[in-house]
Amino acid sequence: MGGRVKIALLLAPALLVIGVLFAGGLFAAVVQSLGYLPAIGQTEISLDAYREVLTGEDFVDSFLLTIYVAASSTGISTVLAVLAALVLRRSSGRLSAVVFQLPITIPHLVAAVGIALVISQTGLGARLAAALGLIGEPGEFPALLYDRYSVGIILTYVWKETPFIALVVLASLRGVAGELEEVARTLGANAWQRFWYVVFPVISPGIIAASLIVFAFTFGAFEVPYLLGKTYPTILPVMAYNEYRDIDLTARPAAMAINVLIALITAVFAALYLRLARDLGRG
Amino acid sequence: MGKNVGTKSGNAGLLIVTTLVALPFVPLFLWAFAGEWRFPDLLPSAWSVRGLSYLFEPGGRVLGATLNSLLIAVSVALASVVIGTPAGMALGGYEWRMKGLVIFFILLPILVPPLASTMGLHVTFIRLGLADTTLGVFLVHLVPTVPYTAIIMTSIFAERTGELEEAARTLGANPWQAFRHVTLPEVAPGVAVAGLFAFLISWGQYILTLLIGGGNVVTLPMLLFSAASGNDPIITSALAIVFALPAVLALVVALRFLKPGESDDGRGFVGLGKVS
Repeated sequence: MGGRVKIALLLAPALLVIGVLFAGGLFAAVVQSLGYLPAIGQTEISLDAYREVLTGEDFVDSFLLTIYVAASSTGISTVLAVLAALVLRRSSGRLSAVVFQLPITIPHLVAAVGIALVISQTGLGARLAAALGLIGEPGEFPALLYDRYSVGIILTYVWKETPFIALVVLASLRGVAGELEEVARTLGANAWQRFWYVVFPVISPGIIAASLIVFAFTFGAFEVPYLLGKTYPTILPVMAYNEYRDIDLTARPAAMAINVLIALITAVFAALYLRLARDLGRG
Repeated sequence: MGKNVGTKSGNAGLLIVTTLVALPFVPLFLWAFAGEWRFPDLLPSAWSVRGLSYLFEPGGRVLGATLNSLLIAVSVALASVVIGTPAGMALGGYEWRMKGLVIFFILLPILVPPLASTMGLHVTFIRLGLADTTLGVFLVHLVPTVPYTAIIMTSIFAERTGELEEAARTLGANPWQAFRHVTLPEVAPGVAVAGLFAFLISWGQYILTLLIGGGNVVTLPMLLFSAASGNDPIITSALAIVFALPAVLALVVALRFLKPGESDDGRGFVGLGKVS
């Protein structure tokens, strides 16, 4: 059996699944976004849906909210992850492994429910505040769910994604950083200098790669904002879903146009991530 | 001396991190067994087994939903391993042109949300009679899982040299025997990890099941979502704990057999950022 044939055969099942169910689905989404819906008698191709979506105020609001949620979640998670990894890298072993990996494996919905029960106006946080005499009524506790600032969504993402980034950082810290730091210490570098000139360059590629993944994920994820977000504006995937659920089938192209835009934006991040991963592989 | 300071702050740090990780579970467990828990009480004033009995209610929806979730997640895990392992073998074990492009294509569903492709697919699934069926849900769950199994298996195969197979072949084994007795035992732990990931990703799936299952295929996250949108923290917490259980079990199994922190620090888990 020729090498090329063998490789093609080995790849065929995976390529078939992704080609038909993913690429095929995206292609169908593009076709429907162009207004081609024979099921309801629409066969004319146009860019009307994109014009409608992109000029609508809803889209701009949703887009900004999505960027805000994804960027804050990623930024906060990244900073906390680097801090946690730096502090915990010497406390070895099993416990820290469990502590880091538990949030990674727990489903997002469970995390969202747990966080909601901590930060709601009758949640654990509000009860503690009442016990300390800070508030008297639930209403005096700040509204952190379904709120303007999407605090509940961001906190859920931070809880879920910080350990993921921290594990990546820990893995790169185990590399050369330790020995180089000793050398820098011997040469008289202070803690900040050791971090900035020795540790950071070692861990930064991992940080960038991991946070790109987190950004792309939080940009396109649905469940947590659907559960903990307010009704307007919603993040883009929820907006697409709401348009899709519209009984009026003429809203379909708009839903698909939003989907295609989400796919394009996240694909750019995928390309960035893979280029980075490849450069790292070479370096 | 400096090491000591580091360890001390490390222990304090570990305590803080542990507390933050454990925090969301505190109200979940308290609510799951609460009977009455009024504001501003710090602990429930009465306990009850209402949450527990809801889970095991005969003829209740939880048992059926759990079985549905298990059936789908186990089939998805098996199928993704069977599909992803050969792909990993091709990507990790051999050098060929255009490999980067194929890796990009296979990784794409991890970073581009399958929500978009699934909405596009829905019309076709309706026409094919796959919408509202367990088979249809099974098929769309493969979209986020196959990339993971393929990529995990790629890294497993990339670390192997293939020398043992060659030795087996020289000693007269045919290709199948070499694969069965040499390759397979060696990659088995990787296959187990890949299957575990695929199981957890499928288990946590909400929106893909909702889109294609259309409410006819009821899995645990469906029940949890409708409970969480309502106003019964006792039922919601009981469901959330059941829903989180496989993740915890998987973690225990993985830590027991893969021994993180020793050789390859459970690097497999690093890829697992987005389980649901």
